[in-house]
Parts: sequence; structure tokens; C-alpha cells
Amino acid sequence: MLRRIALTAALLGTVAALPVSAADNPPVQIDIKAQAFQPAEITVPADVKVELHVVNADDLPAEFESYDLGREIVVPAHGQVKVFIGPLKAGRYRFFNDFHQESEGYVVVK
Amino acid sequence: MLATLIVVFREVIEAALIIAIVLGASRGIAGRGRWVSGGIVLGVVGAGVVALFADVITDSFSGNGQALLNAGVLLAAVCMLAWHNIWMSSHGKELATEVKQVGAQVQSGKRPLTALMIITFVAVMREGSEVVLFLWAIAAGGEAHLSMLAGGLVGLAAGVLVGVFLYRGLLKIPMRHFFTVTGWLVLLIASGLAAQAANFLNQVGWLPALGTSLWDTSHFLSEGSLLGKMLHVLVGYTARPSGIQILFYVVTLSVILTLMRWVGKRHREAAAARAA
Repeated sequence: MLRRIALTAALLGTVAALPVSAADNPPVQIDIKAQAFQPAEITVPADVKVELHVVNADDLPAEFESYDLGREIVVPAHGQVKVFIGPLKAGRYRFFNDFHQESEGYVVVK
Repeated sequence: MLATLIVVFREVIEAALIIAIVLGASRGIAGRGRWVSGGIVLGVVGAGVVALFADVITDSFSGNGQALLNAGVLLAAVCMLAWHNIWMSSHGKELATEVKQVGAQVQSGKRPLTALMIITFVAVMREGSEVVLFLWAIAAGGEAHLSMLAGGLVGLAAGVLVGVFLYRGLLKIPMRHFFTVTGWLVLLIASGLAAQAANFLNQVGWLPALGTSLWDTSHFLSEGSLLGKMLHVLVGYTARPSGIQILFYVVTLSVILTLMRWVGKRHREAAAARAA
């Protein structure tokens, strides 16, 4: 019984200690206004983890989605979400608003 | 109304795709309609709940709530599908099972098709929550309810129609060339779901990427294309996978397969010992 408690405590302790890793740079903000992304193009450095803050100013929910980045998350109306991307190789990565597919943007990695 | 129609149509197609594949793979097995319908109903209920609590879910866990919920549901589904496959191995069946045998076992209650229900539920819940969330917000925003409802219904009908066509098309593939539901299909789907879970955990920074875009086949076969989506559902195809996705896929596949073989072997040995 005591061994079980100790094992559980050790497991919980390990999980709690897992760092919610901070990205190396300050977060980059992307706003959603009228279902479109502003800015529509952001530039981030290569080979580092980057934190995106997607802030939705609209009355309608949006979905930040990208096949290139492998990300898919609903941003509620007047809400915001935090998304980690990377470390990425140099190139252009397209993202779009799944709820309004005309709206797209690019993450340019240099 | 058009906006509603398009959004609903696209999300419904994603769920309809999975359902068509599940139904196509389980053709001839009696009772599978009930299990899939059950999954759809549960998925719709789950979708409603998720959409209802979308704000709360999103804000929880420092804004990581959605991704963590997705990862949690996916991993729970992986465990249930793994258990389902291992359970079947313990009843002495090989991976490529005769459909008629499976049908008989379902009818006699020996083999519930929970795998069908789980896969369907996860698909409908994930896509459905996006639909419900979107429609809810439009309704709250005051757009004429009737036109919104009309758009949503047309989108739903159109999505279902696409699913039906896809199902009909899948039926044309001779059974012997198609995976049987009680074996490899569940195994590969489970591995794909595990890779998706890993991706969500990476998204919120809980897991490292272990390299991104380890291959890039997006020009060859885009995940947005119909074939790309089908392969995504069937075998977990990703155009630009990260290392952690590949790792979870391979580990899940290996572990489930190993447990299936091991349990199956033990069952056969026990049966042989009893017969001796």
C-alpha cells in the first residue's frame, strides 16, 4: 500500500514538473477581425519553438487551421488561444480560418 | 445562409467520410448499423456539450483546454480500440477474420462492435462540436434564424449525400481487398488517433516536436484533398509529420500488435491444454 502511494506520488510529481516549455521568443499575436487574419503574414525565426496568440475580435468563432503546421483549434468569439509551432525549417507555411476559408495567412520562417 | 451552409457541409463531410469507411469496412456484419448509429447519437450529444462549454474549455489549463480535451478523447479512444482488438485476440481469432463468422458472433452477442461505435463517436463529436459552436454563435448574433437553419440543414444534407456516394463507391471494392473491421483497420486507425493526440499535446507545449516536416508530401498528396483525408482517416496519413507523431504511431502500432499476438498465443495454448 505504501509503495503504491509512493509510486503515485512520484508519477504525479514527474508530470507536474514537466515544463510547459516557454518558447525562446516573445509570443506573436495574430488578430482575427471580420473573419480575416491581421497580420496575414508573420515572420518567425527558424529552428525555434514559437508561441502564437490568436485573438478573435469578432462575434463569430473562427478556427485557426493549418495543414502545413499541423494545427487545428477553434478560437471562440471574443476569445483567444495559445498555439505553439515549430521548431520549423525555413519556408512558407499556410494557415486559414476553417470557418471562413477565404481568410488565409502565412508563417514565413527564415 | 451561404456561410452556414458551407461550414456545416465541410465539417459534416469529414465525419461522413469516417462513417462511410467504417460502414464500408463492416459490410455484411449484422447489427453494425446499430453500433454506428449509437456512435453518431453519442457524438452529437458530446458535440453539443463541448460547444456549450467551449469558452470554459478554451480558457482552462491556461488556454490549452481545447487541445487537451481533444488529446484526452483521442487517447481514451486509442485505449478502447486497443482493448477491443486484444479482446478479440483472446477469443482465438486471427487478424483477417471471416466476415460471416464475425456476423454470427455479433448476432449471438459474443462480439460487440464497440470499435465501430468508438470510431464513429470520436469523429462525430470532434466535427460536430465545431458545427454546433459555429451555428450557436450565428444564432446568438441575431442573423435570421430561419435562413441560418436552412443553410445548416442544406449543408448537413449535402454532406450526408457525399458520404452516401463515398460509401457506395467503397462497396464496389471487393471485400478481399478491403481491410476487415476487426483487425488491421482498427489497429491503423488507433495508431492514427494516437499520432493526432501527440500533435495536440505538442501544440500546447506538453510534448516536444522531435523535428517537424520530417517528410513533405504536401505537393504530392495534400491533406486537404479527398484522397488525403481518406488516407488520414484510414492509416493516419500526414503530409508534414513531426517526429512525435511518427513516434506515437509506431509505438501504438507495435504495442497493440504485440499484445494481440501474445494474448492470442496464450489463448491458443490454454485451449490446447484444455483439449489435451
